[in-house]
Amino acid sequence: MDKMPKWADVVLIPLISLILAAFLSALVILAIGEDPIAAVKLMVSGALGSTYGWGYTLYYATNFIFTGLAVAVAFHARLFNIGGEGQAMLGGLGVAMACLYIPWPHWTIALLAAAAASMLFGAAWAAIPAYLQAKRGSHIVITTIMFNFIAAAFLNYMLVNVMRPEGSMDPATERFPEAVHLPTLHDLLAPIGISFSKAAPANVSFVVAILACFVVWALIWRTRLGYEIRAYGHSETGALYAGISPVRITIVAMLISGALAGLMAINNVMGEAERLVLNATEGAGFIGIAVALMGRSHPFGVFLAAILFGFLYQGGAELALWTSIPRELIVVIQALVILFTGALDNMVRMPLERIFLSLGRKRRNVGETAPLPDASHSTTQD
Amino acid sequence: MEFLTVIQILDSTIRLATPLLLACLAGLYSERAGIFDIGLEGKMLMSAFFSAAVAALTGSVWLGLLAGIASSLALAGLHGLASITFRGNQLISGVAVNFLAAGMTVLVAQDWFQQGGRTPSLFGQGRFESAEFPLAIGPKDSEATGRPVSELMAETNILHQVYSELFSGHSILVYVAFLAVPVTWWVLFRTRFGLRLRAVGENPAAVDTAGVSVVGLRYAAVAICGVLCGIAGAYLATALQAGFVKDMTAGRGFIALAALIFAKWRPWHAMGACLLFGLLQAVALRFQNIDLGGVVIPVQVMDALPYVLTVVILAGFVGKAIPPRAGGEPYVKER
Amino acid sequence: MTVPAIELKGISKSFGPVQANKNISISVAPGTIHGIIGENGAGKSTLMSILYGFYKADAGEIRINGQKTEIPDSQAAIAAGIGMVFQHFKLVENFTVLENIVLGAEEGGLLAPSLARARKELKELEEEYELFVDPDKRIDEIGVGMQQRVEILKALYRKAEILILDEPTGVLTPAEADQLFRILHRLREEGKTIILITHKLREIMEATDTVSVMRRGEMTATVKTAETNPEQLAELMVGRKVLLRVDKVPASPGKPVLEIENLRVTDEAGVERVKGIDLTVRAGEIVGIAGVAGNGQSELLEVLGGMRPGTGTIRLNGDPLPLSGRGSDGQARRAQHIAHVPEDRQREGLIMDFHAWENVAFGYHRDPAYRRGIFMDNAALRADTERKIEKFDVRPADGWLAAKNFSGGNQQKIVVAREIERNPDLLLVGQPTRGVDIGAIEFIHKQIVALRDQGKAILLVSVELEEIFSLSDRIAVMFDGHIMGERLPHETDEKELGLLMAGVSGEAA
Repeated sequence: MDKMPKWADVVLIPLISLILAAFLSALVILAIGEDPIAAVKLMVSGALGSTYGWGYTLYYATNFIFTGLAVAVAFHARLFNIGGEGQAMLGGLGVAMACLYIPWPHWTIALLAAAAASMLFGAAWAAIPAYLQAKRGSHIVITTIMFNFIAAAFLNYMLVNVMRPEGSMDPATERFPEAVHLPTLHDLLAPIGISFSKAAPANVSFVVAILACFVVWALIWRTRLGYEIRAYGHSETGALYAGISPVRITIVAMLISGALAGLMAINNVMGEAERLVLNATEGAGFIGIAVALMGRSHPFGVFLAAILFGFLYQGGAELALWTSIPRELIVVIQALVILFTGALDNMVRMPLERIFLSLGRKRRNVGETAPLPDASHSTTQD
Repeated sequence: MEFLTVIQILDSTIRLATPLLLACLAGLYSERAGIFDIGLEGKMLMSAFFSAAVAALTGSVWLGLLAGIASSLALAGLHGLASITFRGNQLISGVAVNFLAAGMTVLVAQDWFQQGGRTPSLFGQGRFESAEFPLAIGPKDSEATGRPVSELMAETNILHQVYSELFSGHSILVYVAFLAVPVTWWVLFRTRFGLRLRAVGENPAAVDTAGVSVVGLRYAAVAICGVLCGIAGAYLATALQAGFVKDMTAGRGFIALAALIFAKWRPWHAMGACLLFGLLQAVALRFQNIDLGGVVIPVQVMDALPYVLTVVILAGFVGKAIPPRAGGEPYVKER
Repeated sequence: MTVPAIELKGISKSFGPVQANKNISISVAPGTIHGIIGENGAGKSTLMSILYGFYKADAGEIRINGQKTEIPDSQAAIAAGIGMVFQHFKLVENFTVLENIVLGAEEGGLLAPSLARARKELKELEEEYELFVDPDKRIDEIGVGMQQRVEILKALYRKAEILILDEPTGVLTPAEADQLFRILHRLREEGKTIILITHKLREIMEATDTVSVMRRGEMTATVKTAETNPEQLAELMVGRKVLLRVDKVPASPGKPVLEIENLRVTDEAGVERVKGIDLTVRAGEIVGIAGVAGNGQSELLEVLGGMRPGTGTIRLNGDPLPLSGRGSDGQARRAQHIAHVPEDRQREGLIMDFHAWENVAFGYHRDPAYRRGIFMDNAALRADTERKIEKFDVRPADGWLAAKNFSGGNQQKIVVAREIERNPDLLLVGQPTRGVDIGAIEFIHKQIVALRDQGKAILLVSVELEEIFSLSDRIAVMFDGHIMGERLPHETDEKELGLLMAGVSGEAA
């Protein structure tokens, strides 16, 4: 039975969780002898006060949209894909190979090819854990964690032993050729008369990310595959009854999830670094977890949460620059968001439900609403 | 390869296996009680920092150890709160614990020491010294003779080498870790607490209807997990190394988790798995690339091997790893 | 007058807006067997859960042997001398019998002395009550009847004077049930007080001294069993005269629709659940499968519905159906015009969090009628839902409501509407009226019979003999994966079917 209206579930709970996380973060800032209000002001001006700030905020947000969508799609199939980080690393490898080894005439074609390669590599990296979960029942959380480490070792090997240009000590690939450099927001907005910072890394991938939100939304809520993914996520026995193959859905959902995580590489590898470096992902795969939880696994929610985290990352960098608060403050905030929106969800939810229940009872007493259907027969008794 | 080299690698294996073993046993208590814990890493990291920080501030490694355990316990309590009291998702809670530790350690380190997220180096009473067994070759002999230990070692016989390198010369926490293995086995299979602990991980409803508190048992298990992770972290920062650096656990919590699965949640097997994974780390540390008769194994293979082996075990091709039945599921009373 | 062993006064309990127990008072004399009967959802289990400390009553008091007693948790219940045998056993499967009995009642921190003492005491208990079990067998190695004994022994080991059994015969064969009742009588002779919760009238009449009837959370009557009869109890249970018979004309079976030959099913654990059965269902007839739960009926239905693989031959209208691999899943079965009302609507038949209209497509979501290009045609689906809701009188008539917000009966109506309106050649029906209120039962039964009258084949699985009798044109009895025999309803009776359900074949009986 619904204990509270849907809007409370979708908006109120994440909001309260966020406020709790923010409050605790403020306490942390106070504890290390800084002024939280000044910190917030600095973060806002640094991340949102200039097109330069926005450029970084949106650049980070682009990463988080991809990884957030990746986690969200898996969540719909009740799969917890912790492997976004590894899948994004492999996506980077795919982008690097596509950009380095094939001479592309124009960035548009290169982007299509690189996107395809990154999705392919990301999906491939998700495929083995997916297969093992579907066919052998190996817990996907553990296997995807393991695959993150294996990916790191593999990427390390590829960069140190295979792709490193001769004579270079740096474990990184060569720079990508000029032709595959993606236009930044500055390049995109200039023709329509908006001047955007030239130095900021936000690029055309942001548009791709927004597109990805729409595609994922349509996939989950408008297609038969999405219907099957959601059905399987809600009830495995139900899926079996309806002839929805758990093996197929597990694998397909994970492939989509891995592909989305991999797709992140067009932003950080192709759009920003323009070469593949060791720690290209910078933990964005894990931030995807916080983003998906906070966005309630809905593409629009993921979009908003990603922007928020983009703001936090850019704002955090500014803080580290101007105050004695290290960047790790963001990691703490991220942990608190995961904690409140994910693990301690019930702590926020239970008191709220009680409030709504007592409100609902009052209304029923004056006879304004139709009587609730008697759902008790099968759920609460005997 | 010389025999002494082998012994040195094995010695380093023991040192490197110790934090894995402590964390692995920590996970064993928690998961046997039905609480999945992927936050071992975070608890170790938290303890590593606070043990090193307090040891640095007070000059006492024992106070450091206590502080480390306390900080790890606090995170364990948070995990318990989320997964037992509020019946949240244990995996997500574990992820949160890891990030919380990763962020808080650097934040506090920066605030306390202003050294870019590290603690000052520990020395003297701030570190765990190695225990030297009677008749073993150690730093004292080196001081007395004025020659390096390695030279003295090379001159003596094999048994004496084994005795001096492998058995003697470790910090007390190493012995604690290996002693914890039989103790854990005994607790788990020979005591009332162990019976209840195993039962609550298999079928909490059976424990509940038998009049034993599921919540109490699970909190106890999570607390033991916190203590052991605390010791593991303190060992890292105050025995294996001399101080805390950012992210110093470097995935050890996850290797411990892998070892736990590898061991199928059994204490003696956990020791075997941790020694194996410790050996891989020791070999990777000692050699960059291993040349096996023309075939060169890159060091990254060594890094990845524990994870690959765990995936193979999880895949069930070599003996299936079946976790405790009620693991990961919050307990909700029903008739 | 003796002091009652248990006395409940004015117990009330609500779950949110739902009142499960309303002002219940009951008094049980020591050394008697007291039955509590009521329909599913009448509040029996809630009441017993309060007595065992699982829930806290909102109001009222509990007196044990005349003493007012607070029971905040099961520990307090055990201390008060109450033992409970749950419908679903609370045993640790990979522990031995002995370990399960000792769990929670150990003495001292070490295990060995506790186990030794328990072994000795168990022997005494076994002899006293003729409850023999092998203490060193693991729970997953023994059958359900044995497991139930372990539960009873667990209670006795804890010195229980009051024993509560919740629907104890649900998983037992009639023979095992009889044995259980002998054990209960023995316990009564030893002075124990027993509360037996059931919804089966026969058990109340056979086993109890007094009986209380519950209806919709209220205690409607308490009477001496000797002074009442099944008809009166049934009326008290449902609040009006029950129509036990479904009005239907005699069947006129046509050509065989479903032919099963030598069907075998092995479950995930490698246990053979269906052991080579043959069965035919013809057009225009309802074949009912009777049997105690867990004798292979569910697996039979699931193989036919495409939910699990099997071996053997199944023909539909003469064409063989694949039993494993490609073309054997639920989608393929639906394409072959087999509809399926599953046994468990909440876990299988519906997605509880989906809207009603989404559930109307469940299993048929790939139907071209619900498709527009690469997308689903949700508008068409919602229109279709509205029609079905009206035709099947689903209340409330709101397609946007989530399935979980409907009552059990209305949930089942959604499932039945979805399946029957497909106009299938073969309808598989499992436990169609489990947890469904009387009104909806009548409605659903009528729909099934109507489908039969249109010349469709129907295979019904139910553990309710009454339902089997009133719906079936032919009855097949399953025991231990075999079909023990087929009977026509007017040529057999409950006694004969009961023997078949217990594995005593027709010839031997």
